[in-house]
Amino acid sequence: MIMKIENLKFVYNPNTPFEQKALDNINLEIKEGEFIGLIGHTGSGKSTLVQHLNGLLKPTSGNIIIDGVNITEKDADLKAIRQKVGLVFQYPEHQLFEETIYKDIAFGPKNLGLKEDEVRERVKEAMELVGLNYEELKDRSPFELSGGQKRRVAIAGVLAMKPKILILDEPTAGLDPRGRDEILGEIQQLYEKEKITIILVSHSMEDIAKLVNRILVMHRGKIVIDGETREVFKKSKELEELGLGVPQITKFMMKLKERDKNIKDTVLTVEEAKVEILQYLRRKKNA
Amino acid sequence: MLKDITIGQYFPGNTLIHKLDPRVKIIITALFIVSLFFIKSFIPYLFIVAFILLVAKVAKIPIKYILKGIRPLMFIILITFLINIFMTKGEVLFEIGPLSVTKEGLYLAVFMALRLLFLITGTSLLTLTTSPISLTDGIEKLLSPFKKIGLPAHELAMMMTIALRFIPTLLEETDKIMKAQMARGADFESGNILSRAKNLVPLLVPLFINAFRRAEELATAMEARCYRGGDNRTRLNELKLNKTDIISLVSMFIFFGLIISSRYLLR
Repeated sequence: MIMKIENLKFVYNPNTPFEQKALDNINLEIKEGEFIGLIGHTGSGKSTLVQHLNGLLKPTSGNIIIDGVNITEKDADLKAIRQKVGLVFQYPEHQLFEETIYKDIAFGPKNLGLKEDEVRERVKEAMELVGLNYEELKDRSPFELSGGQKRRVAIAGVLAMKPKILILDEPTAGLDPRGRDEILGEIQQLYEKEKITIILVSHSMEDIAKLVNRILVMHRGKIVIDGETREVFKKSKELEELGLGVPQITKFMMKLKERDKNIKDTVLTVEEAKVEILQYLRRKKNA
Repeated sequence: MLKDITIGQYFPGNTLIHKLDPRVKIIITALFIVSLFFIKSFIPYLFIVAFILLVAKVAKIPIKYILKGIRPLMFIILITFLINIFMTKGEVLFEIGPLSVTKEGLYLAVFMALRLLFLITGTSLLTLTTSPISLTDGIEKLLSPFKKIGLPAHELAMMMTIALRFIPTLLEETDKIMKAQMARGADFESGNILSRAKNLVPLLVPLFINAFRRAEELATAMEARCYRGGDNRTRLNELKLNKTDIISLVSMFIFFGLIISSRYLLR
């Protein structure tokens, strides 16, 4: 168990006219090596929840235990927690500030107090992980890059801290379809290569369906659905009531199933759908 | 922390005070400030308190909310209080070490602290009951006679509107970038002044870059809608003084006139 959340509650601006309940009694256990999709509408509490996981926000009540350490305690070592739990914010490219890409990515490791050699090693590694050429780019200004490249630099800045848990808050927001696919592909590779625990926050089912192996659905500060990806998509009615829906291809297969019960509708990608439809046609021919 | 700042914040409402012409409110506030500096004894202060309470009551703004606005300025009030109490010469009441408290000093300190307090609460009533847009509209209108001598009234007002509009955005952005850098191990809370200032670089650089980017986008968006400054520009809602405005203005002139003249009458 790498992360355990018990009865987590959070209220914004308590005791003022602007009081707002953001998290309502969250209970959650996350195992090491899980790839989780956290999904929900704007204002459902996703961002508030992930900011609790590395101690940026203090819960109103409840406990968060990460790797055996209760981070809600007063004397918790926040730097150690933030090293362990890497958080990539929405539009992370807006946080870039250094003159060179190298220096910007090195900001995190340097704050950890690492030696220059180790820092260099980590920057190099992090840049490779997100598909940036180290030799070619390290001395260039991050502000000369394109939007997608900037975002990679920002993600590398968090990866260079070698977190055990990586949280990405809407990493594809505002990117074109190609940029989106590239970033998601890199996250997928990262998961396979580094075997770290990843939490991917999104409001798009399409994005996370093919990547994650567990989905958490948030609604009004509560986790309303929690389960294995395919299991979650079986509850398409519930999801639709929450205004989330299932990926288009899953929906398509569900419609097909309405016509013929012999077809499987638990598919997540177009590839899987192709295989299933071909098999279905073959079965039909043989029958 | 940053969200606690209530100075200059608008408290939405639909009361008589909210609906008053912004020009009238600005003039009344100016009168209020001037008369505060004419007051020389405590009795007129009672009328000032009554005035503030009455306006707050009619505008349905909780007194607590107004007082919250004082908090960031408490330090200035305290300093003024201490300087006055210790630096005024006169009949010595008691001594603390090398410092002596005089009767005149105590009187003056309380008096000055109250003046500052009223200054803040009174002027915050203006911003609390007037939306930034109508406030700048009012300023523009009040300044427009000076256009003849080359004062760019419209441009000034537009700059103010934009500045006010972006205060909450900037605060939000500061909060976000701070958190993002803290997630990368940045430390904004410890160290001496020098290292603290240095630690602000990762916050300030992105903040400035984003502010410039946003300014450029806004300028483009305005130009795309053919904005070209104040000449011959008409507006959707022309400010017009109605009966309530004139009655308020006249009665306030009388009220503050009496307060000002009390300086000479109450001797």
